Amino acid sequence: MKILVPIKRVIDYAIKIRVDPTKGARGVQLSNVKMSMNPFCEIAIEEAIRLKEKTKTSAEVVAVSIGPKQCTETLRTALAMGADRGIHIETKADVRGDYVDMQPWGIATLLKGVVEREGGVDLVLLGKQSIDSDCGQTGTLLAGLLNAPQATFASKVDRGDDGSFTVERETDSGTEVIKIKPTTLPAIITCDLRLNTPRYPTMPNIMKAKKKPVETISLEAMVQELGLNLDEVLSRKNEVVEVYEPPPRKEGEMVGDVMELLAKLKEKGLVA
Amino acid sequence: QSTLVVAEPTDGSTLSPSTLSAITAASKLHSGPISLLTFSSAIVGVPSSISSVIQANANGNSSLLAETITNAVVAANKKYGYSHIVASATKSGANYIGRAGAQLGVSPISDVVEVLSEDTFVRPLYAGNALAKVIAKNSPLKLISVRPTAFDKAEVENESVATESLDVPQFEHTEWIMESVSKSERPDLSSASVVVSGGRGMKSGENFVLLEALADKLGGAIGASRAAVDAGFVPNDMQVGQTGKVVAPDLYIAVGISGAIQHLSGMKDSKTIVAINKDGDAPIFQVADFGLKADLFDAVPELTKNL
Repeated sequence: MKILVPIKRVIDYAIKIRVDPTKGARGVQLSNVKMSMNPFCEIAIEEAIRLKEKTKTSAEVVAVSIGPKQCTETLRTALAMGADRGIHIETKADVRGDYVDMQPWGIATLLKGVVEREGGVDLVLLGKQSIDSDCGQTGTLLAGLLNAPQATFASKVDRGDDGSFTVERETDSGTEVIKIKPTTLPAIITCDLRLNTPRYPTMPNIMKAKKKPVETISLEAMVQELGLNLDEVLSRKNEVVEVYEPPPRKEGEMVGDVMELLAKLKEKGLVA
Repeated sequence: QSTLVVAEPTDGSTLSPSTLSAITAASKLHSGPISLLTFSSAIVGVPSSISSVIQANANGNSSLLAETITNAVVAANKKYGYSHIVASATKSGANYIGRAGAQLGVSPISDVVEVLSEDTFVRPLYAGNALAKVIAKNSPLKLISVRPTAFDKAEVENESVATESLDVPQFEHTEWIMESVSKSERPDLSSASVVVSGGRGMKSGENFVLLEALADKLGGAIGASRAAVDAGFVPNDMQVGQTGKVVAPDLYIAVGISGAIQHLSGMKDSKTIVAINKDGDAPIFQVADFGLKADLFDAVPELTKNL
């Protein structure tokens, strides 16, 4: 079984972003802020490793990251968690991954190429969304480009001996179960929060990860090798013309006790 | 110019609130006709802005699969040729919008909160801490999903409109097996006018009865922070936040919620926010219109009693 896991390097989830209004579309500060693996991508890596650990046959977990040279750190984290090898499609330093330059369309187009270049991919596990651009499209775009079966927002993934996948997925009103039948197409599954709790890489595994192979290839070289059009991958199909902070909320007030709170709510006509 | 609005799956004969919001967003795009795509044969009333209903036919429960919905959208577009296709930015919409975009050759724009013109939209980045103005270029067809709380619900008129039938090809590699729906007597979280949410400060799932009593007095829905969901107090479909539901009720009462960035992004557009927390430094107070520094186990019952 071969599992491909695309992972994204983003501003750490706990960081409050800063927007410089003088910089137009490129106003969100990306330099000198803590970056981490997108939390949902961590869940995808963890699930891939668990599926590998459970399978009776051999399995390989390949992590792919598209972005600037620091993405190798993100790939090393995935390798230290248990992925077998990495592919880094390196973009130029000024190419932004947060929707302004690279958008889900270009990423999914590249990933389709990587799936075909690898060959024999049974499963692509992705995070359900990245916490920077919040599009939530990469997985389903990839499924659509490949016309492959999909299950999004997975909260439980089981692989049958026949190569099928049974996925419990979260919906707006609860959960549902989808079965992906055995096929030569890769199953595309996106991971939700409750699927698992990602492991912390141990020191011995961090050391071992340094010896695992990572192929680094520039975006331009990969686009050429895959026979794609660079414009199709990098062009801003949806052009971001401005990025700005939402208007701040009007400053609120502290109330002394419950009765004062009730009086305020009555005044606003919110309670009878 | 013409638009297709893809209706959310619905139980009975009425359109879901998120579909009604999508119709309002669609009516801001241009003055051309708007059609509605639905798999439900029982819809009785639609807003007056809808000029035709396309009734898609699929085998059994396959209409709930992203693959089937995508096939329906592609078939409808092939037959009628739209300038815009509008979905709801819910889990249901997110399940197929990318797939449909790929098969239509369009890069979709998700989670639109403002329609500025037929091709210019505003959508949040970074959990709503930044907003991006985006122009959809290079494609005569625009595909967007719209955040339900950002648009009013269109009024339903009970007049009949032209209905056309559409046969949808089946996708053979996936099968819908079953669902498990959380049933509640309370209003739907995503569209309730009052929401009472609990966080880690609730200490246990049992303690949510305090919030239930309060919500029942206010006719509200119950939500939770990710911390409360992660701690196993309540199920995930109650989660409000960047990765859960986005709500914007008239009144949002946050109880024992500290106010992590990802929670704020799911509720900060509420019209009035009340925070009850015993930690006076909790970030939730920075977005609250009314903050009460108190022990929730005293304050919530007192509030309920005096309503």
